[in-house]
Amino acid sequence: MLRLQNVTFTVPQNEKGGKNTILDDVTLDIEDGSYVVVTGPNGGGKTTLAKVIMGLVKPDSGRIFLDGMDISSLDVTARSEAGISYGFQQPPRFKGITVRDLLSIAAKRKLKKEDACHLLTKVGLCATEYINREVDTSLSGGEVKRIEIATVLARAETSKVLIFDEPEAGIDLWSFHRLTKTFRELHEESNCTIIIISHQERIISQADEVLLIADGKLSLRGKPEDILPSIDDVEEKPCMVEMDK
Amino acid sequence: MNQDIRRGLLEKIADLHDVPAGAYNIRENGESVRQNTEEITIETKTDKPGINIIVKSGTKNRSVHIPVLITKTGLTEMVYNDFIIGDDCDVLIVAGCGIHNTGDEASAHDGVHSFEIGKNSHVRYIEKHYGEGNGSGERIMNPEMTAHLAEGASMEIESVQIGGIDSTNRKTVITAEEKCEVLLSERLMTDGHQDVVSDTEIILNGADSKARINSRSVAKGNSTQLFYPKLTGNADCFGHVQCDSIIMDDAKIRSIPEICANCVDARLVHEAAIGKIAGDQILKLMTLGLTAEEAEEKILNGLLK
Repeated sequence: MLRLQNVTFTVPQNEKGGKNTILDDVTLDIEDGSYVVVTGPNGGGKTTLAKVIMGLVKPDSGRIFLDGMDISSLDVTARSEAGISYGFQQPPRFKGITVRDLLSIAAKRKLKKEDACHLLTKVGLCATEYINREVDTSLSGGEVKRIEIATVLARAETSKVLIFDEPEAGIDLWSFHRLTKTFRELHEESNCTIIIISHQERIISQADEVLLIADGKLSLRGKPEDILPSIDDVEEKPCMVEMDK
Repeated sequence: MNQDIRRGLLEKIADLHDVPAGAYNIRENGESVRQNTEEITIETKTDKPGINIIVKSGTKNRSVHIPVLITKTGLTEMVYNDFIIGDDCDVLIVAGCGIHNTGDEASAHDGVHSFEIGKNSHVRYIEKHYGEGNGSGERIMNPEMTAHLAEGASMEIESVQIGGIDSTNRKTVITAEEKCEVLLSERLMTDGHQDVVSDTEIILNGADSKARINSRSVAKGNSTQLFYPKLTGNADCFGHVQCDSIIMDDAKIRSIPEICANCVDARLVHEAAIGKIAGDQILKLMTLGLTAEEAEEKILNGLLK
């Protein structure tokens, strides 16, 4: 089980002081092997929540447990070794590192062509076209994003928790369709806990559970059929900019 | 020469574990060991130090290794090597220099290489520079290269200097006629107080000719790097210059690509970028289980691959 206990994360508001609260005393449990979608308004704290779990940002307070072990003080590498994987919302590019190299790093072994091909097919990419290409600016945003997802899939065998941060961003309709199928298959075939940050109804509707994060708080959780209708009720933040008089 | 040092240097600069197959000339502290073949002749110059490497027309899938090894401190040499490649050839030439300097005097090798490449021939030329040894004497290499490609010829150049050379001033000028192709890949890593100047010019004189200069480097410590890649198009041609550098510590890098069109149909592009390793690159690799140090190494090795 993945457990977050009273996790708070703030950032400085401005030079004069003050703080913006991004995560506000969040406590939640996610059962092993479940397929959870985290959704909510932009700026509500979803990505920060994922980064806190992966160790990419350090919360001001609170603790994180994985299978009863307190991982709060572990760095990113150690959390990866403990079984957490994270697909970035905006993945970096690597000049000189090929798609196969990156997938091999993720899988912790030199991947055979057919293994890399298998992973790339799951994200809707033709392996023969991509396997030896560098993960650099010659690839489109959607291509890099799908390779990023493939790096997380490469770790499915050795991970306990797989986190995908807006996997649909920048991806065409055909690839999106393939991805939703991949997530469904992954849930059926592996024991991993799958956490997907998403705004897509199609991804939300196939989850076991949906967490609605707004204003840094877990405002709702439940089955997709219960949560989806109530999303309309989430209050929009009023614009704080003063209008010219 | 100590056999372990010899083996180590040969492996670093020429990926050799033993005497190579085919033609070779291994120069060790100024003395040469050589083998000719029916198709490739290596002969000693009579007017100045150096060799002529003559490849018969029609020679295909053959290689020539001409590594230079220096282990004597204080040895400085200037060597002139001329490569005369016939028509319709396809050859691999592996050059390179390794200096093992444990003394307090500078050891230097300045190689002046001149290529004349015949019609429709393809040459792949690999040159690796490497220095080692714990002496205070500098390890210096100043390679110069000129090449002329006849119609339809192509040349791939891989120039690698990944460690241990204190000072390098490299000068390369390549001239290509019609339907030629030149691909020059340069990989450089400097550290400590090492200095490198790399001055490259490719001149495309013939129609339908193409050239790419792809320079990648990493500068660490207090090292300095200066790049002047220049492409000149005198005909209906295409050329692309790309320089990517990672800067670390207190290093300094100047990158000054130049494109020069003397024909309305010349299409020339240049790109140059210098930057430190991005934090999200390190973090991404850490999420895959690497430590920050391993991630940095992976990123640098990837760039210099």
